[in-house]
Amino acid sequence: MKQFWSFIRKEFLHVFRDRKTLIILFGMPVVQILIFGFALTNEIKNSRIMVLDAAHDIQSSRLISKIQASRYFQVTQIVHNEAEIQEGFRGGNVNIAIVFPLNFGHDLESGERPQLQVLADASDPNLATALTNYVSNITADYQREIQKINTPIPTIVPEIKMMYNPQLKGAPNFVPGVMALVLLLVCVMMTAVSIVREKETGTMEILLVSPFKPILVILSKTIPYLFVSLINVGSILLLSVLVLDLPIHGSLLLLLLESTLFIITCLILGIFISVKTQTMQAAMLISLMGMLLPTMLFSGFMFPIENMPKPLQIISNIIPSKWFYIIVKSIMIKGLGWEAIWKETLYLLGIAVFFFALGMKNFKIRLA
Amino acid sequence: MASEIILDDIVKTYGKGKQLAVDHVSLQVQPGELFGLIGPDGAGKTSIFRILTTLLLADSGNASVAGLDVVKDYKAIRKIVGYMPGKFSLYPDLTVKENLQFFATVFNSDIQENYHLIRDIYVQLEPFKERRAGKLSGGMKQKLALCCALIHKPRVLFLDEPTTGVDPVSRKEFWQMLARLKEQGITILVSTPYMDEAGLCERIAFIQNGKILKTETPDQILKEFPDALYKIQSDNMYHLMELLKQIPEIKSSYAFGDSVHATIKEQGSQTVRQRLIDAGLPSLVFETTKPQIEDCFIQYLHE
Amino acid sequence: MENNYSISVDKLTKKFGNFTAVDAISFDVNGGEIFGFLGANGAGKTTAMRMLCGLSIPSSGKATIAGFDVYKETEKIKRNIGYMSQKFSLYEDLTVAENIQFFGGIYGLDRKELRDKSAELIARLGMEKDAKKLVNSIPLGWKQKLAFSVAILHRPEIVFLDEPTGGVDPLTRRQFWDLIYQAADSGITAFVTTHYMDEAEYCNRISIMVDGKIEALDKPAALKNKYGVNSMNDVFQHLARGASRSDL
Repeated sequence: MKQFWSFIRKEFLHVFRDRKTLIILFGMPVVQILIFGFALTNEIKNSRIMVLDAAHDIQSSRLISKIQASRYFQVTQIVHNEAEIQEGFRGGNVNIAIVFPLNFGHDLESGERPQLQVLADASDPNLATALTNYVSNITADYQREIQKINTPIPTIVPEIKMMYNPQLKGAPNFVPGVMALVLLLVCVMMTAVSIVREKETGTMEILLVSPFKPILVILSKTIPYLFVSLINVGSILLLSVLVLDLPIHGSLLLLLLESTLFIITCLILGIFISVKTQTMQAAMLISLMGMLLPTMLFSGFMFPIENMPKPLQIISNIIPSKWFYIIVKSIMIKGLGWEAIWKETLYLLGIAVFFFALGMKNFKIRLA
Repeated sequence: MASEIILDDIVKTYGKGKQLAVDHVSLQVQPGELFGLIGPDGAGKTSIFRILTTLLLADSGNASVAGLDVVKDYKAIRKIVGYMPGKFSLYPDLTVKENLQFFATVFNSDIQENYHLIRDIYVQLEPFKERRAGKLSGGMKQKLALCCALIHKPRVLFLDEPTTGVDPVSRKEFWQMLARLKEQGITILVSTPYMDEAGLCERIAFIQNGKILKTETPDQILKEFPDALYKIQSDNMYHLMELLKQIPEIKSSYAFGDSVHATIKEQGSQTVRQRLIDAGLPSLVFETTKPQIEDCFIQYLHE
Repeated sequence: MENNYSISVDKLTKKFGNFTAVDAISFDVNGGEIFGFLGANGAGKTTAMRMLCGLSIPSSGKATIAGFDVYKETEKIKRNIGYMSQKFSLYEDLTVAENIQFFGGIYGLDRKELRDKSAELIARLGMEKDAKKLVNSIPLGWKQKLAFSVAILHRPEIVFLDEPTGGVDPLTRRQFWDLIYQAADSGITAFVTTHYMDEAEYCNRISIMVDGKIEALDKPAALKNKYGVNSMNDVFQHLARGASRSDL
């Protein structure tokens, strides 16, 4: 036991002596959260809209000011002909344009079918769809307002409620994603590299020729990264609650336990990679290509898995971060409990056990 | 008395048998002996060390350390040996003291327990004990590595090229330390590419291309040198060597420090001497000399 | 050219912060001379060599290599020297012929020159059969000889050899020195560091560095006379024992 402690002490010294890496280890989650939270948001705010108002009547100007008032749009340009609209799109200055025909107000008031042309830059199809939907909503809303005043005919008004994320904020999606990414990087890559480093410097040779159990050599190397990762979980949660205004709806304890399970799974993957590789370069490449990339692609954090072809959906099942992502989302955002996530937890546990067994099977008590 | 280290017909190949590293090597080292494995890089020395320290499995043959089989009893062997690999193998980001403490605990010991073993070496390191190991010079690194290998009072010590790349002063000190350790009864197997260090061992084995050329005490090896050895000197060494290559009576000739060492076919020494005088080489010296270990190794390489 | 020396060094100094690694060393090396550059680990040899090869700018002092200034003409210096070290010499995963072509190409040999020279070199080393073998499959001694030949392929004025024979067997070591002698005989200056003291005897002159300074510089025989000892090893032990920072 004394040996084990001495090992862990040494590992902590390695981690804390390497200032640059240390800054990256603890700085990475903070920077990622801030970048995702403020810069890379996929919420639509203040989209630039262009208006061609041929009608110039009360109705059209009221509708324009309603659009302007919404937080989705910002009227950046009032134009006078179609050519200017084309110009605006080509210059990339606007995302969307609205054209009011000459007799817009008259048609609306007289019960004719008033027309409104909406043009969107569909080079980003998701954005274009979202923006046109917003415009439709605003006009429908406006229509209801004036109908109430004029002739109160009963209409079906669907009441839409955005569950768990009423303001459609981006943060609920990426906080679990960043957590998965950061833990994966720290646990898989750092662990693998630090074990392989001992092979490269030749210290593994001495450690193997010692009475200390080789497997403990490896296990002790994971302890500091477990510690660092728990701190990272803490800092990510703190940031999301305090800075991003995203409260934890479910049980904090459950969230921490599940995080620990994911960390352990990642550490096991790190050990597995280190057992199979001989150089730090190889360990780093495998961690990045084999772990980080699939996490970005298949965890559902950046691309919805439901839209992927079946084979890719099946592949996504062996990516541990997918399950962790679902678990964190369920606890943190939906506020669900154990009964909702036990299946995902079992999957995660299964992956961990599988790779642990595989790693142990391949573990060598000698050099070659 | 049973031998402390036994290698019996050991063969080791790499790359699926393509590269022969150790070629039917048999060796015995007695308890308390300081035994030198002498040979150039790539001769198979490191493979032999790794087989004995249970790090590699031999293709065939048996080996034991302190009566323990290197395959079956590897756990027991790892408890009683000290090993200093050829490459610098300490943690460069840990201080001298942290390295020593770490290796002490790994081997279930502490610095105090066997301090008497390393005291002579450690006093030289003491002023630098808070310095990171990566910032030490070659000689100091090597002393620290020796301390780390010794800290658990091993019964058998394996030192793989401990003095490679180290300057002559540090090398001399290092061998003085080994002599003191030997007095403590520790069996030491050491390898070196420096022939001048061979004379400091009790027995040596010449090794080249995975084969043992000769195992003997240094004195006996010197005695067995078969020919008369001549030391030839001149102020123009290059021309002297070129000339010697053309004289048919010369069996072998090679530079040796400030002179040329040559062996001469029977009854040929007078002829050679005359040829050299005739050539008019400046300040010629021609005399017999005692062979050194390096002469013997070259002799075995020629055979 | 100010002088006819291959290497001319005057009070050359290199400081790192307040630590003086090389302390005002001065010496001259003649063309075609074999000059041994000895010193204990940490005495400042490597730092000095780096300055002479144009890899590191001195803190003060003067030096010319093949007539070129170490401050201003480092690119010209690099064209006129060859360098070989035990640690790096050849690409292990290229064949013998590919290595020769690569290094010849670096020094701007044209295609015809390259073809002639590499054929000649391979013939001289007796490696015709091995030209297509990967370097990592040929014996260490051959590698070293090949590396040396490649280092002087472009006929530099000076060749720097940093512990060229480390770990090589005694016979190959001597064959290696034959190559150095041949090169020196053809006018190439050889600047050699080594830990083998018998090799120090092979040099025309040697210098011994202690604590950043050159403590002795002369012919081997003269040094042995001066200190009244029989071998260079004893001379070295005598001088380097007094070093205060051999272990910094």
